[in-house]
Parts: sequence; structure tokens; C-alpha cells
Amino acid sequence: MSDKSSTLRGLMKYFKPCRTQLAAALVFAAVNVAATLYAPILTGRAVDMIAEMIKNGGTADGLMPALAAFAVTVLVTAVSQYVMQLCLNKVTFGALRDLRRDAFDNLSRLPLSYIDSHPKGDLISRLISDVEQISDGLILGFAQLFTGVVTIIGTLAFMLSINVKIALIVVFLTPVSLFAARYISRNTFKFFREQTSVRGDLTAFVEEMTGNQKLVKAFAHEQAAEDEFAALNSKLQKTSVKAIFFSSLTNPTTRFVNGLVYAAVGIVGALSVIGGGFSVGQLSCFLTYANQYTKPFNEISGVITELQGALACAKRVLDLISETPESDDSACAEITHADGTLTAEHVCFSYNKDVPLIEDFDLRVKPGQRIAIVGPTGCGKTTFINLLMRFYDVDSGRIMLCGHELTKTKRDSVRGVYGMVLQETWLKTGTVRENIAYGKPDATLEEIISAAKRAHCDSFIRKLENGYDTVLGEDGGMLSAGQKQLLCIARVMLSLPPMLILDEATSSIDTRTEILIQEAFAEMMRGRTSFIIAHRLSTIKSADRILVMNSGKIIEQGTHAELMDKNGFYAGLYNSQYDNG
Amino acid sequence: MQFRHISFEKQTGATELFPIDGATVSKALAKVGVIVKYDPERNDQQKMLKLFGYLKNYRKQAILGPLGKLLEAVFELIVPIIIKRMIDIGIPAGDKPYIMKMGALLVLMGVLGLASSLTAQYFAAKAAVGFGTELRTALFKHINTLSHSEIDAAGSATLVTRMTVDINAAQTGVNMLLRLFLRAPFIVIGAVIAALTISVKLTLIFLVFTPVMWAVIYNVTKKTVPMYKGIQKKLDNTTLITGENISGVRVIRAFSRQRDERERFSGSLDELNGLQLKAGRASAIMSPATYILVNLAVMLIIFFGAKMVRSGELMTGDIVALISLMTQVLLSLIRLAELILSLTKAQASSLRILEVFAMQPSVTEGAEMLDFDKNAPAVEFRNVSFRYVDSERCALENISFAANRGETVGIIGGTGCGKSTLINLIPRFYDVSGGEVLVGGKNVRECTHESLRGKIGIVPQKAVLFKGTVRDNMKWRCPEATDIRIKRALAVAQADFVFDKNGGLDLVIEQGGKNLSGGQRQRLTIARALVGRPDILILDDSASALDLATDANLRKAIAANTEGMTVFIVSQRVSSIRGADKIIVLDDGHIAGIGTHSELLEGCAVYREICRSQLDREVRGNV
Repeated sequence: MSDKSSTLRGLMKYFKPCRTQLAAALVFAAVNVAATLYAPILTGRAVDMIAEMIKNGGTADGLMPALAAFAVTVLVTAVSQYVMQLCLNKVTFGALRDLRRDAFDNLSRLPLSYIDSHPKGDLISRLISDVEQISDGLILGFAQLFTGVVTIIGTLAFMLSINVKIALIVVFLTPVSLFAARYISRNTFKFFREQTSVRGDLTAFVEEMTGNQKLVKAFAHEQAAEDEFAALNSKLQKTSVKAIFFSSLTNPTTRFVNGLVYAAVGIVGALSVIGGGFSVGQLSCFLTYANQYTKPFNEISGVITELQGALACAKRVLDLISETPESDDSACAEITHADGTLTAEHVCFSYNKDVPLIEDFDLRVKPGQRIAIVGPTGCGKTTFINLLMRFYDVDSGRIMLCGHELTKTKRDSVRGVYGMVLQETWLKTGTVRENIAYGKPDATLEEIISAAKRAHCDSFIRKLENGYDTVLGEDGGMLSAGQKQLLCIARVMLSLPPMLILDEATSSIDTRTEILIQEAFAEMMRGRTSFIIAHRLSTIKSADRILVMNSGKIIEQGTHAELMDKNGFYAGLYNSQYDNG
Repeated sequence: MQFRHISFEKQTGATELFPIDGATVSKALAKVGVIVKYDPERNDQQKMLKLFGYLKNYRKQAILGPLGKLLEAVFELIVPIIIKRMIDIGIPAGDKPYIMKMGALLVLMGVLGLASSLTAQYFAAKAAVGFGTELRTALFKHINTLSHSEIDAAGSATLVTRMTVDINAAQTGVNMLLRLFLRAPFIVIGAVIAALTISVKLTLIFLVFTPVMWAVIYNVTKKTVPMYKGIQKKLDNTTLITGENISGVRVIRAFSRQRDERERFSGSLDELNGLQLKAGRASAIMSPATYILVNLAVMLIIFFGAKMVRSGELMTGDIVALISLMTQVLLSLIRLAELILSLTKAQASSLRILEVFAMQPSVTEGAEMLDFDKNAPAVEFRNVSFRYVDSERCALENISFAANRGETVGIIGGTGCGKSTLINLIPRFYDVSGGEVLVGGKNVRECTHESLRGKIGIVPQKAVLFKGTVRDNMKWRCPEATDIRIKRALAVAQADFVFDKNGGLDLVIEQGGKNLSGGQRQRLTIARALVGRPDILILDDSASALDLATDANLRKAIAANTEGMTVFIVSQRVSSIRGADKIIVLDDGHIAGIGTHSELLEGCAVYREICRSQLDREVRGNV
């Protein structure tokens, strides 16, 4: 409960900028309901005047003023509704935007540990669909709830003020339709579940067969698949007819109950008119109320479940917004002279306190040295990059980069020292040009082309539809894996910082492109301190230092000769591979 | 089914004129769509009508459904008339029994309305579901006729969506159409008729206001629908930026571009907000405007009605009835607009389904049974060239070779050099662009698919297994295969592991083979191909997930147990094909050399280069 109220409190903040509109929306909603409910009374009165006129003959002098009052009421209803809607839009869409903006702002400041430990889909859905749910469920739901309650109270008050007896008929009979609707939906649930399960089977089957259509053809399995499909399909047909039919019972049943209420009001009302003390106009007014009275009930019961769902969504969004960001580094030092040295002293690090990973790690890198990182897939090369780039901070010990202790240096400054090319190529949607200039947005076209040439991608870029202005779709669009890799190299080539982090893995790339990438790498590394996630024997052998990693830990380090002499893990790995080759 | 034939005759006609594949046809159709741009909607609707052919077997239900709705509307419209009689006849006379009688009539109308409504719902559900079922069957069969080119063009994922989501949407559309879409016009027309029975003069108000209200509703809807589409697009863009910022978090931070990304996102949000407010303003007008209109009509009814009452033409109850009818008209019109909105969704789905139907298989089946000539080469390529439909370059050029019975043929080359393309031509998944492919001495174009593909066992790159037991999966090629035969195939494929697990042949494989490792799946797919005892076995890089030792054992077992079988091994690993009788070295769509390992080492520069780089590669794979 306190959880909910703190969520609500957190949300309130987002309505504050538009609190005038919110207040206005509530006021106009109330006005709107009142005017809507008042209109039938006025028409009823007009009808009574006409009836009076018949009885007494003569003219209906009161009719024109009554109609004028009616016109005013109608106008008030329409205007208040319009204004209410506009205010509500302003509040809703504004809160929506602010929530998303804050969530995204914080996301871009959160430590990588948070982003690494949350699935991408989960984070996206918090920013997109959860926020959407808040606007649909919470804000519009609240508006509906509010008008619903006001309508119910208003209708009750008007009805009671006109005729208590008939009002009670409406009050007690109307909810019957609610119970009927609930009864039906509870009983159709079973059919729906059945339909969902059969439909799931069919979808799974289609996914298997149509998704692997080529295999079906390779095995000439078409007829068998069609037979099995037909069986599933006719099963689905049977359950679907039931589910659809029974679920469609709600509306007619509600209408039927409403019809009964209507008939009851008609009979009792007409009898009351004969009995005196009740007029035809009042009867017509009551008939209108009887028709309107169920609607808010149906809406409210729908809104309440939505509200609860929306509150859960709001909590997820607010949690993301209030997550602690990376520590403030504005007071930290900046690297002014990047000399390409790096030392690690007694570094300890682990993602999870219970599972120690890197313990008491030392490393001394001189300017221009090449450090090869070697180990089986999933050995923890990202851990190493995470520490170098200050994506994660060490638990103890210290890493000195160009004479600065990493944890006391601005993150941007640390990261600016490195050029990084990872195996997972990442390109943003935008032009080729924007992508190459990602690290240096003010680069001139000449600089960009020159970088592209050195990265061997100028020629394929020129063959693209619009050359450097070709817009790449999501994740590089139609480019091949190798081309994407080359673009990432060009991106680094443009500003070419004094130190490099390179990933040699090029598994999905054809030989020719692979050679180009190797050449580009060699060009970049000239005279620069480089950390290479190495896969080629030649790179490993020629490295100044080899770090051997296994299951997240750095288990050995040294030159090729030293490690072979040591006859440990590396030597074992090397020998076994050599035999196989 | 018959109907489908007729309705698609036009499109088949188009393919006869230009012998082209489905993708080109749909492109051509898209062009036609551009030409008739002056009224694309009508064109779409005409196309959609074709789908209604699948209601053919449910004609009775499709008529009874709306008919029930019509009756329900009639009973609903009688209600105001009964109330009118209560007021005009019962009340002035003080006739209580008459009022009770009329009240009973009201209840009766309710009961009749309920009964006819239920009937309508039942038949509508029956017809719509029948429609969906028949459409699904037809589309499934149609997809089965498509060849690889069309599947490439459409994409398997798209075809799955057409089969599931789109057909469901179309089915829902038909159901709504039968149940609700016709109800609104019934009520509107019925209300006008009911009004006519009360007062011809006042009916004029109905005749004026109904079209005006509809114009307002229709125009607001028409104006806002594209706006909401724009909002959805902007929202997709917002999602895209979020996704990019998560997957690219390391690059973005490495380049310290967080602030720019925040601005980019914020800009996108501002645009979204602007569109939302605009659309909100446009649609907020609908409800107040129609409210004013309907009440203006009510005022006119009261004003002129009062005059007519004075002159004795009308009674009080008449006015009450007319007001109530007017309100019903408005409600129906709003409902109608909502329905049109939902139906546009169904329409979009229908069009997407029709696109699939418009695709025609590019590979047409030959008529002759393949009678494997034991003396001819098992597979022979004669100067074969091949070009993918959407590509300008040839994927294969001037390929000629012969693989004899019992030979093992290795195919090696870099990624994208055409290895998989080459073996896809053997079972005729694609038609060659030039030259000819012969299997067992016969041109593959002349053979029936089943007789040709029945001779060939394929193990594709991606190891796909299907939900069911191991036994079910093994019987894909050969439904009558005995357990002994399956066990033998499993042994050759090094897949005996299934007997170490619970169940053996009855081991249940989950969808996509999720409960098995990649290597296990691969070995099972090899066994599946072997069960069919093919004359030609094709292993398309299908040992990539196996360790070197298992790979070697597998090749040994295949060699020992497949006498007379021609085996194609496609691989990037020299070690996998080194022992083959014949190695084909492909380089960028051309044959760079054919021969044994030692011959090629001697005479083929490309092969030597591959061998040299393998030493590095082997290390990379495992170090």
C-alpha cells in the first residue's frame, strides 16, 4: 500500500508543470457532467409544456425560454467537454514526455553495470510501453473514473430529486446488467483459454513449418504438413466459434437487462403519471437516465483493473528514473598529456562480491607496446575493456593511465584517450558520414573521406546509393558484417587517439575483407599503445605482452617465449592447437 | 478453393505474359497501384472483395448473421413507438391495463431482441471463423507451392506473420463486419422509417441532420487517422533511439556523446508531443460537435413539434419518441465510425495476405519421374550460371563438374563465394540462369519435385529440428522407417547420445530443439537425412558445431556406411574435406580448381592460401 502511495507521489511531480490544466480539466469535467445530466430535465420540461398546452389549449409561452435554456446547457456541455479534453491532452502528453525524458536522461547516466544487468527489451519497454500504459491507464483512467463517479452521483441526485420511487427502481435494477456481464465473462474465460492454447499450437506449427519452408521443400514434406495443419486448423475452428460466440453474449445481455429496466421505468412511470404527481416530461427524462445510468458502471469496472496495471508500470518507470547514476566526476582531473602508459597495481575486481574474478593484478605498459589478450570465447575480455575504459571501477588497487589514477579522472577524459573497435559493430541510424564522424562531429568531409580511405571503406561507400550521405537503417541496415566493421574502424581512424582497444575476431567476414581489416588495424596500431583481443597466431606471437584469460580471470601473463617456458595454460593451449592444425 | 482459382486468374495471366517470379509480380502490382493512384482506396477494396470468396461455404451463416442483426434493430426501434403509445393513448385515458399491456410488449421486444441478437452472433461467429479457417488452409497450401526465390523475397518471418496475425485480423474484421457494421445502417434507416410513421414533416430534420453528423464524424476520423499513423511512426523512432542507446552504450560513452544522444531523444520526444497535441485537438472536436448537432435537431423537433401539437397534427408522445430516435441515430453513427477505424486494420491485413497469394512459384515442377541412371554421373553441372533475382551479379558462373556414384566431393571457399548456392541447385531449389544441372543423368527441370528430392538427403547449415519425438523427426523423409533403420542412421551420424538420455527414440524434442545442444542438433539432422537412404547426401557446412574429433569420426562413419552414395561436403575447414575424392574450390562464384588435396596444393593458388590461413584460423577458433 505504501508502495502504491509512494509511486503516486512520484508521479505527482510530473503533473505539477500542468497543474492549472489538471485543475481546469477536473472542473470542466464536473461542469460537463452536470450539464449533460441537466439537459434531459430541460427537454422533459419542454415536453411537459407541450402536454400542458394540449390540456389547456392556448400557446406555450414558456417554450421559447425553456428552449433557450436548453441551448445554453448544450453549449456549456459541448464547450466544457472540448476544453476538458484539451487540458487533459496537455497534462497527459506533457507528463508522458517528461517521464520519458527523465528516464532516458538517467539511462544515459547510469553505470554500465545497471545496463549490462538488465535485458534491452526490459529497458525499452519501460521507456515506451510502460509510459504509454501510464497515460492510457492512469491518466485517462483517472479521468474516466472521475467523470464516472460524478455521473453516477449526479444521476442519482437528479433522479431522487424528481421521483424517489422510480429512482429506486433504476438504482436497484441497473446493477443486474453488471452482474450478468461479469457472469458471462467469467464463464467465457474457459473458452478463451482453450482458444488461446489451440491457437498457440497452431502458431507454433506455422512457425516451424512456414518458418522452415525450405526444409519442408527439401524433404518433400508438404503434404504431411498440410494434413497436420488441417487437423489443427479444424480444432481451432471449433474452439474459436465457441469462444467468439460466448464472448459476444455480453453486449446483447446487457442491452436486454437495460431494456427491462427501461420497460419497468416506462410502466411504473406511466402509472405514476396517471396517479398524478409525475409528468410525461419527467417520464421522458427518467427514460433517458435509465439508458445512461449503466454506462459509468461498466466503465468504472474496466478502469479499476487498468489503473492497477498502470500503477505497476509507473513503478517500473519511476524505479528507472530514481536509480543511482554514475558518481559525479566533474571535480575529477583531466588527462592533458596522453603519453600512452598504463599501470595496474594490485587490482581486484568482481561483478558479484561472492565470485572473485580479478585479484591482485599487476600490469605495466610502456608507450607503443602491444598487449594481446588471449583466451577461449567468453573468457572475460569485456571485463578487461570495462576496467580500462572506466566502464566499471576497480574494487581495490588502482589503474594509472598516462600518470592519472583512473578513478580520480573524468570518465570522458579517460575514454577520449582510447580508440575502440569491438567485434559487435554498432552503427546508429543516420548517414554514413554522421557515423564516421561520430567521435568528431565537427569533422570536415575531407577529413571523413581521408579516414574512410585509410580504413579501406571509401570504395564501397562510393558505390552506395548516395555515397557518404546514404542513410543507414537500424544496425547498419543493408551493410555486410565486414563493411560495418570497416566503418567502425573509420570512425576511430578519424580522430585516432593515442591508445587503442581492438577486437580481432572477424568470424563472419570473408577473407578479402578480413585482409583489409588487418591492414587497417596495422595502420592504426603504428606507434600506439594497443590492447588487442587476439585471435591470430601472428598477432599473439609478436605481442609485447600476452594476457591469458580464462573464465573471467587473468591467469597468466608474459611474452610468448616466457609463457611457453612456463609450460602452463597458454603452453597447453598452444600445443594442442598446433597438433590439430 | 475453386473461387481462389478464379479470383487469381488475372494475376496468373500477368505471369504468363512475363515469365517472372513472385517478387517481380508484386513489384509490378505495386506499380499498377501507382498508376491507378487517383483512387487507390477503391482499388484496394476491390482486391479485398476477392477474399470474401472464402465465405462461400458459409453463405447461409453469412446471410443469417446480419439478418438477425436487422431484426434486433427493428425490435429496438419499436420501443420508442410503444412508449409513445403509452404516453398518447394510455396516460390521457388513464387506462392502466393498456399501460401494463404496452409494458408487457416492451419486455417482449427485449426478449425478441435478445433472441435475434444471439442468433446473429452465433451465425456471424460461425461464418467468420469458417472464413478464417478456409483462408488459413488456402494460404498454407499456397505457401507450400512457393519456391526458394519467393521465400527469400518475402522472408519466412513475414510469411509466418501473414499466416497468423494477419489472418486473425481478417477473421475479426469479417466477424465485426457481419455483426456490427450492418447494424448501424439498419438503425439509421430504421429510425428514419419509424420517424416517417410519426411525422413526415419532422422526418425532414432527420434527413438533414443524419448526413451532416456523418460528415462531421467521417471528416474528423479521416483527418485524424493519418495523424495517429504519424504518431506511431514517431513513437517507433523513439523506440529505435532507446534501443540504439542501450546496445551502443559502450561506443556512445567511449566517444562521450551522451549529451548529444539525450538531445536527440529529447528532440524526438518534442516532435512526438507536438503531433500528439495536434491530433488530440483535431479529434477533441468530434464529440462536442456531434453533441451540439444532435441537440440542435432535438430543439427543432420540440419547436416545430410544439406547433404541430397545437394544430393537432401531433401528440406529446410523438415528440418523446422522435427525440429518442434521434439519439439512437447519433449513437449508431459514432459506432459506425469506430468500426470503420478497426476495419481499416483488417483491410491492411487482407491486402498483405493478398500479396502472398499473388506470388507465383518461379520453379515449375517437371512431369517425369527421376529414374536414377546408375551409369551416368550422380550429379553433373554443365556450364551452369546462376543469378539471384534481386542481384545484378552472377552468384555462380560457368560451373562444370561431374560427381560420380559413390564419390565424396568437398566444396570449399570463403564466405559468400557461392558454396551453398551451388548445392541448392542440385535439388532444384532454384532454377539455373544458364547451363543445366543433371541428377542421375536427367535434367532436373524434367523431374517431379518429389522424385528428385526423394533421391537427395540434405543437411542444412542451420540445424533445425521439429517439435516431437526423435522418432518423428527421423521419419521426415521416410514415414515407414523402422526403429532399426533409424538406430543405424543415428549411429552413423554419431548421434547415439539420444540413448543416453531418457526416452531414446521417444525423447521429446522441444520446438526449435531447445533442449539439445547445437552439436547434438546437428548430428540429429545428419541422421534424419541418412534415414531416407538417399543416393546423394549433401552436408552444407553441417559439422561446424562439432569438435574436430567427432567431425573426423562422422566422416569416417559416413564413408564406411554409405556405399554407392554420393556425398557432398561443404565446409570452410580444410580438415573436413581433405580426404574427399574431389575437392571443388570456389572463389567468388567461379571454380578456382578441382582435384584432390595434394593436386590442389600443387596447382591451385587459392587452395594453398586457404590452407595457409587455416593454421591461424584453427587457433582462433579455440584459443
